[in-house]
Amino acid sequence: MKKIEAIIRPEKLECVKKALEESGYVAMTITEVKGRGEQKGIKLQFRGRIMDVDMLPKIKIEIVADDEDVEEIINTIIQNARTGKYGDGKIFVLPVERSIRIRTGEIKS
Amino acid sequence: MDSGDTAWILVSTALVMLMTPGVGLFYAGMVRKKNAVNMIALSFVCLVVVSIIWVAYAYSLAFGSDVAGFTGDLSYAFLEKVGFDPLDGMTIPHLVFVIYQMMFAVITLAILTSAVAERVKLSSFIIFGILWITLVYAPFAHWLWGNGWLAKLGALDFAGGMVVHISSGFAALALAFVVGKRGGFGEYNIEPHNIPMTLLGAALLWFGWFGFNGGSALAANGLAANAIVVTNTSAAVAGAVWMIIGWIKGKPGSLGIVSGAIAGLAAITPAAGFVDVKGAIIIGLVSGIICYLAMDFRIKKQIDESLDAWAIHGIGGLWGSLAVGIFATTSINEFAGLINGSVSLLKAQIIAVIATVIYAFVVSYVLAKIVDAVFGLRVSNEEEYVGLDVSQHEEVAYA
Repeated sequence: MKKIEAIIRPEKLECVKKALEESGYVAMTITEVKGRGEQKGIKLQFRGRIMDVDMLPKIKIEIVADDEDVEEIINTIIQNARTGKYGDGKIFVLPVERSIRIRTGEIKS
Repeated sequence: MDSGDTAWILVSTALVMLMTPGVGLFYAGMVRKKNAVNMIALSFVCLVVVSIIWVAYAYSLAFGSDVAGFTGDLSYAFLEKVGFDPLDGMTIPHLVFVIYQMMFAVITLAILTSAVAERVKLSSFIIFGILWITLVYAPFAHWLWGNGWLAKLGALDFAGGMVVHISSGFAALALAFVVGKRGGFGEYNIEPHNIPMTLLGAALLWFGWFGFNGGSALAANGLAANAIVVTNTSAAVAGAVWMIIGWIKGKPGSLGIVSGAIAGLAAITPAAGFVDVKGAIIIGLVSGIICYLAMDFRIKKQIDESLDAWAIHGIGGLWGSLAVGIFATTSINEFAGLINGSVSLLKAQIIAVIATVIYAFVVSYVLAKIVDAVFGLRVSNEEEYVGLDVSQHEEVAYA
């Protein structure tokens, strides 16, 4: 089992969510986060001065999936979150030891 | 001079003043949180800028001595010759009339910030606003209220169906065409970020509207009372209509209920001193339906007149201004509309509506094009992406 953490543009959430749902991946957790990548945010030029805006708002999607589903989920996220510009975000894949469904106590590992 | 009338118009001035930040809150709740400060700030910018140009020259252009039916002269510039004595036919100090009218000019400009939500360069908006008040609002106020050509023609506009609502609504449409759609409009959802804030703004608008329409009687009398009764009735009926439409289509969303109410308020505005409560019910009913259809049309045509000043104020004001010619009754005021056997008023209203729609749209479009060409109306893509709160004000609404 793996956990996929995708940091994406907030405005792309709806289409990523819809595409994942259409591929059969409904379960997810999302968090509003702020962060910066290697570009250190962006620089705005405004009335003759330069202003650094780092820590841009992003959305973090967390999905725990079986190993064989990971590639499809990653591809779906990439296809639907990409604009081609800096700031499109990043995807991390982490190993998961086990998951426990609270309602039933069912354990998967 | 009448102290009761003066007190009521001073109170009405304060009521109308509160509508402008009310518009700011109403709009701010409907944009994304990265633009909330900017949306409210734009309304305050209208308040500070218009307050200054109004006393400097715009009041005089609107209400100074008539020049060819089109504009006033500059005889009242910097409130020269404006004092404590009432104008002919009035019972309140001239100064009270000046500031009461000022609040109308302020909120009219604030309404049209709808068109540029989430993407306008603050400096360019200020320049556009000054030009717009000078070349669109002041002439309209003169045409209808300053004894200009439409007033001489017999057209009536009690509290601003044409001067305020057609002018801001159709100007907003023109401005939206020039400034273009928001980044991502039509591609992904741009959701309102704070509905309670919008409801609070709507509450302030409804509250202030009692001064807006009730004060337009320019006296504390029965006409003012009628204006307030029909205003409340029209708002309630139109709000109920949107609620029912929402219910039929799914849930009765609160944004729909208050949008309907504001459509009803805009529509009754030109008629509030001329129609009775039966007229108000029909005006509210029709405005609820046609403003909804106008909003639906705008969305289907993918026009990003972002917060619906055109659909609600423009179309509401247009319908209400025509409705004056239909429902005006001599039981309320001295004018009779179509159902009371007079055709001439409706004719004058139709001419006035056509003239104001065309003038507001065309002149606003040209002004916006000029400001866009010289200064650029729109922020850069990056500034739009991070939001106008940070890029225009270096502030955030929510830390």
